[in-house]
Amino acid sequence: MAKILEQTPRPTLKERAAKLQDQVQGSQAWSSIFRPGSIFRKGYTDSPRNRSYVIMNSVLYHLHPVKVKRHAVKVSYTLCLGGLSFFLFILLTVTGIFLMFFYRPTTAQAWQDIQSLQTSVTFGLLVRNMHRWGAHMMVLTVFLHMARVFYHGAYKPPREFNWVIGVMLLQLTLLLSFTGYLLPWDQLALWAVTVGTNMMGYTPVLGPKVRFVLLGGSEIGGNTLLRWYVLHVLMLPFVIVIFMALHFWRVRKDGGISGPL
Amino acid sequence: MTEIPEHLRKRAEAARAKAAESAAEPAAAAPAGDAPAADPRIPAHLLERSRSAKANKEGAAAGAATSGGGVAVAEKVGAVVAAGAAAGGVPIGAGPGGHTQRLLTVVKSGSIQDVKAEPIDKVHTWPHLLAVEFVAALLCTAFLFVFSIFVNAPLLGLANINQTPNPSKAPWYFLGLQELLTMFHPMVAGVTIPGMGLILLVLAPYIDKNPSNKPEDRKFAFSIMTVHLMFWAVLVIIGSFFRGPGFNFTLPWRDGLFFDF
Repeated sequence: MAKILEQTPRPTLKERAAKLQDQVQGSQAWSSIFRPGSIFRKGYTDSPRNRSYVIMNSVLYHLHPVKVKRHAVKVSYTLCLGGLSFFLFILLTVTGIFLMFFYRPTTAQAWQDIQSLQTSVTFGLLVRNMHRWGAHMMVLTVFLHMARVFYHGAYKPPREFNWVIGVMLLQLTLLLSFTGYLLPWDQLALWAVTVGTNMMGYTPVLGPKVRFVLLGGSEIGGNTLLRWYVLHVLMLPFVIVIFMALHFWRVRKDGGISGPL
Repeated sequence: MTEIPEHLRKRAEAARAKAAESAAEPAAAAPAGDAPAADPRIPAHLLERSRSAKANKEGAAAGAATSGGGVAVAEKVGAVVAAGAAAGGVPIGAGPGGHTQRLLTVVKSGSIQDVKAEPIDKVHTWPHLLAVEFVAALLCTAFLFVFSIFVNAPLLGLANINQTPNPSKAPWYFLGLQELLTMFHPMVAGVTIPGMGLILLVLAPYIDKNPSNKPEDRKFAFSIMTVHLMFWAVLVIIGSFFRGPGFNFTLPWRDGLFFDF
């Protein structure tokens, strides 16, 4: 009796798992569901041709060329800073759209809306937190991206003009962050913007006029809130997207990212 | 059909006429004059050609000794025609040495073909770059998500224009400017210094004409940029953490933080 038990040892967990997998994948249900061409009309096999098609046939991935220089994919070279800035912009757009559903840019309601967003909207607090920290992070990544590009000498010909576009993007990022700063309409927002716009007012000739237009008056109030809201959710994103398109397009036209040091 | 240049056509015609003129003479003279020296196995016209080539070589050497390269070639051609005509039996249009083709010029590759495309080491964007980007985006989202769960965005009391908090601070990225305000006239601190900095930043690629992007060749650019970045970083840090009520200098570990993100 003992001998028989020794001769047929119990199957290990691995063997059982393999057997189960064979049974499942050999079943009629499985093979009819995952029949080649059933879900995806054309299966993906890894070949240079298909690798190219992945990029060429996708409107999003098509921002990239089909092939890139080998050193360009090294994380230690770019630190992903430019890409992360763009990704954060997308993340901020998505969370921002969510916030727009619950926010009215008037002095009577703005603060109340943020308050109730935080307390009574599902995931409201989380999404607001992500929007705010994401915004600060984007300022940081854009700034670090600029430093990275400078230290690699990547602004040198033929990329001079793309550097100029990049500096514009940095300023637009700061403006986007600054206009968003006012929207919660709390003491922090009001006085940070007061300090910021007072500084702007010292610009000779145009300063006071620009300040007046931006504030919609000589002091911060309901007009300012509405104006900065429109700037923040519509106008500045519109402008920055145009500049980003130019920036990405020039990266490719100028021969991809700059070479190794 | 290709067009034959006028001068070449004329030269060929002349050579053809001379050949026809002398064709009758060697036909009669050759068997008698050259018979003793000739090996019966070598056809008469080949023997004739080699003989004329020898004579021609001697003549050309004498010509080259007296004049420069370009002119020597012209003389050679003349000599060939003359020698060919005199000796007869040389095929129509034969060159120096009796060759039927002639080297007109040597065009080195690169002098007329501009070879721009050097082979570049490239990899497919999918999967090499997209995978990296995907992981970076995922990590970024995860970080932001977790951070937002644990740290709430500030929301102070409702904005009140009649109650100025002490200290009033701008958003952190403008705190460097606010710090400058304590040292200079507002016009200088708020407009002149940042304006100059921004203009220099935009013009960086047009000022820095050094074509190298190697750190060892760019010590000056590196030091200028590092000093510039450190200057702002230090000002922002002082403005953020070391300024308390009345924007006076404080120590954060002694008096606590007067800073909201």
